[in-house]
Amino acid sequence: MARSEEIISSLDRSKIISLLRKGIRLDERRLTEVRPITVETGVIQKAEGSAIVKLGNTISIAGVKAEIGTPFSDTPNEGVLIVNAEFLPLASPSFEPGPPDENAIEVARVIDRGIRSSQAISLEDLAIIPGKRVWVIYVDVYVLNHDGNMIDCSSLATIAALLNAKVPKVKVVGENNVEVLDEWVPLPVRDRPVSVTIAKINDTLIVDPSLEEEKIMDCRLTLTVNEKGQICAIQKGIGGSLTLDEIYKAIDIAEEVAKGIRDALPPLPDLKDVVWVVKEEAKEKLESEAEDSGG
Amino acid sequence: MVLYFSQREIVVPGQLLAKGPYKPGNNVFNVGQNIYSTVVGLAELKNNTINVIPLKRTYVPSPGDLVIGKIINVGVTSWQVDIASPYTAILQASDAFLKPIDVTKEDLRKYFDVGDYIIAKVLTFDRTRDPLLTVKEAGCGRIDKGVVVEINPSKVPRIIGRKGSMISLIKSKLNVEIVVGKNGRIWVYSKNPKAEEFTVRIIKKIEREAHISGLTNRIKKMLEEVRLSE
Amino acid sequence: MSSSRISIRKEQRPPKLIDEEGRRVDGRRPDELRPVKIEVGVLKNADGSAYIELGRNKIIAAVYGPKELHPKHLALPDRAVLYCRYHMVPFSVMERKSPAPSRREIELSKVIREALEPALFLEYFPRTEIDLFIEVLQADGGTRTAGITAASVALADAGIPMRDLVAAIAVGKVEGQIVLDLCDIEDKYGEGDMPVAMMPSLGQITLLQADGVYTPEEVKKALELAKKGIMKIYEVQREALKKKYIELKKEVEEEYGKK
Repeated sequence: MARSEEIISSLDRSKIISLLRKGIRLDERRLTEVRPITVETGVIQKAEGSAIVKLGNTISIAGVKAEIGTPFSDTPNEGVLIVNAEFLPLASPSFEPGPPDENAIEVARVIDRGIRSSQAISLEDLAIIPGKRVWVIYVDVYVLNHDGNMIDCSSLATIAALLNAKVPKVKVVGENNVEVLDEWVPLPVRDRPVSVTIAKINDTLIVDPSLEEEKIMDCRLTLTVNEKGQICAIQKGIGGSLTLDEIYKAIDIAEEVAKGIRDALPPLPDLKDVVWVVKEEAKEKLESEAEDSGG
Repeated sequence: MVLYFSQREIVVPGQLLAKGPYKPGNNVFNVGQNIYSTVVGLAELKNNTINVIPLKRTYVPSPGDLVIGKIINVGVTSWQVDIASPYTAILQASDAFLKPIDVTKEDLRKYFDVGDYIIAKVLTFDRTRDPLLTVKEAGCGRIDKGVVVEINPSKVPRIIGRKGSMISLIKSKLNVEIVVGKNGRIWVYSKNPKAEEFTVRIIKKIEREAHISGLTNRIKKMLEEVRLSE
Repeated sequence: MSSSRISIRKEQRPPKLIDEEGRRVDGRRPDELRPVKIEVGVLKNADGSAYIELGRNKIIAAVYGPKELHPKHLALPDRAVLYCRYHMVPFSVMERKSPAPSRREIELSKVIREALEPALFLEYFPRTEIDLFIEVLQADGGTRTAGITAASVALADAGIPMRDLVAAIAVGKVEGQIVLDLCDIEDKYGEGDMPVAMMPSLGQITLLQADGVYTPEEVKKALELAKKGIMKIYEVQREALKKKYIELKKEVEEEYGKK
C-alpha cells in the first residue's frame, strides 16, 4: 500500500491536466517558468565552501570539504572530486532514514556528470605531488525540504558551494612532504553548469516540476547546460518515454532557461595568476638568481 | 485564585495559566491547583473553565464526525481511507450501499477507486481499532466535481462560524456549495469557476487569520468587494 | 581510495583556556552563554520545525506526526512511539565526517529521545508514531543540548500536547573552573562535559550526562549554573513560538487598518 501522500486524487490530477491544456500550472506559472531562486553562500564556516539554495519551497544545502589524499590509480595527476547527495527524512513525509536510495544516488551522479563533462573544476590544478598527493574535494548536498525538482535545486547548491569554496595554498617540500600555507585561494572553478529538469505530463512539457506535478508526470528529462550553451549531461528519469521531437523541444527550452537560472549563481572566481601548489624549486631558483646578480 | 494571562493571550506549552479552584478545560493540564497550557494557542477563561485554543491540532476521529476522506486502497470487502489523521479509516462494503451487494461478483473499484475523495461519517472509533466510516447517510458519497481544500483542523470551527454563520454567509454571497469535514478537508463546488477559486481564497484567508480578532468583519468586507463575472 | 588525512585548518590547543582576567577563548565569562537565536516553522513539509543557532552551532529540527506507525506490530497499544534521529552532515565539522550513522550519533539519538519523551502526552495518540529529526549543519560544541532545545520547539510547533518545553545546555569543567555552554575547543581540551536538559516549569531534569571528574560540590555548582543557562534558553524558546503569531497579528491589523 503506497503512502497516502504519494497518492494523488483523481480530482487533482484532472485539474492539473486541464489547466496545462490552457497553458497554465497549478501555481500559476507559465510552462517554461522556473520558480523563484535564492542562493546564499558561505553559510557554514567550518566547511571550505557552502551554499543554501531555495527553488520555490525546495531547499538544498551543500558543503565542500577539502582534504589532502591519494589520487585514483588511473588518474595520478588529477585531484579527486566526490559528490554525495542525500534526501533527509525531515524533508518529506515519504523519506525514510537510511543510506542514499537509488534516487539520491542518481541525483549525485547527474550533478557529478555535469561538473566532469563541462570540466567545471580543472582537476589537474589540484594535483600536488603527481601520483602521490592530491586535493580530494568532497561535496555533500542535502535536501532539507522536498517540493519538487530536487535535482536542479541540489545541482545549484553544489555549484554555488564550489564557487564559494577556498583552499589553502600548499608547498611541496622535498619529495614527499606537503606543507599547508596560510594563504587561501578559490577552487579552480572554470564553468557553471546548470541543470534544467523538464517534465512531460500527457503531451505537455513543463520546466521545474513542483511536487504535485512530479506525482503525475509521465516522463522526466534533465539537461545540464554549460556557460557556452553546450549540453554536458542528459538524464531521462522515471518511466515513460519521449519522442525525438519532444527531446529537441526540451533542448531548446533548456538552452533558453539555463541562462536565467545561472544568473542566480555567484560569478566565476578570478583565477588569473592563481597557483594552488607552490614549488620549492622556484624558491631555490630565485635564490641562485639573487646570488648571481651579486645581491 | 490568580490568573496569569489576559483573555485570548498567546501562550506556550508549560506556561502557568492560573492557580486556584478553576476547572481545567481543553489543552491544559493541572498539577495540584496549578493549571498549565499543553499547546501553543490562545488562552481563555469561560465561566470558570480555562481553555487553550490551539493554533495547530492533529485530527483524532470521533463517532458522528463528518469527514472528507481519500481512498488509498481497495480490498475485496472494504476500502482503506485516509482521513488526514494518524488513524487510517475503513469503509466496509456493508456501510456503503443501501441495498447489499454481492462482493464475490462485484469489484469495489467500480464504486470508489484509489484516489477518489468521499464525504463520509465516522461510525466508531475507540483508539484500539481503526475508525469505521459509513457513506449511507444523506450528503455522503463520492466527490466527482469541484475542489477539495485541506486546512489545519484547528481552524475548522472558524470556517463554520458561530451556529454556522460564517459558512452560511459565504454560501449565500458566492452561491457555492461547501461541505466542511471535521478533519480539515473542505469541499467547494460552484458552476462558476471564479466563485470556486474565490471561495478557496477565503478559506485560506480564514485559515491564516483564524485566531486574530475581527475575522468576521474582514471576511464580510472581502465578500462585499468581490466582483465575480461568469 | 585511502586518504591519510592532513588537516588543512591548523587548530592548536590554545595556551590558556581561561586567562588571568577570567575570560575564555572566545572572550566569554565562565557563566556566559553564546549568542542564541531560534526560528520556528522553517520547513514547509514538516508538521513542526525549528532552526537554532547557538554560537557557531547551526541545527535544524523537524517533526512529522503523530502519524500511522509501520510496521504495525511495533506500535504500542496505549501510547505513541517517539522515534528520534540525531545526525550530523559531513561538512558540519572540520574533518569531514562520513555520512553513515556513527555509534556516537546512535547513542545521542537515544538520549535525546529519552530527554523529550517525558514532556510529551504520548498517551493521547495510541498506536501512532512521532518522528523527530535533528540535523546538525554546523557543530561547535553542545550539539545534543542545542538539538534538544530546537526539537522541543519543533514539537510544540507541530501542535503535539506537551507538559512543558525542554530546554538544554552543556556545562563543564575547564582549567578547574565550572563553566557554562562549552564551545568545541573547550569540550576538546577541557576536563569535563556535562549536558543537561530540563522541563523548567516543572523543575524536572530529563537529560544528564557527564564525562570528566567532579567533586559533589562541583556537580552541584555545575547543575546550578546549568539551571541559570537553561532559564535563559527557555525564554528564547517561548519568544520564538509566540513570535510568529504576534507578527501575523500585527500584519493583519495593519492590512485591515489600511483599508
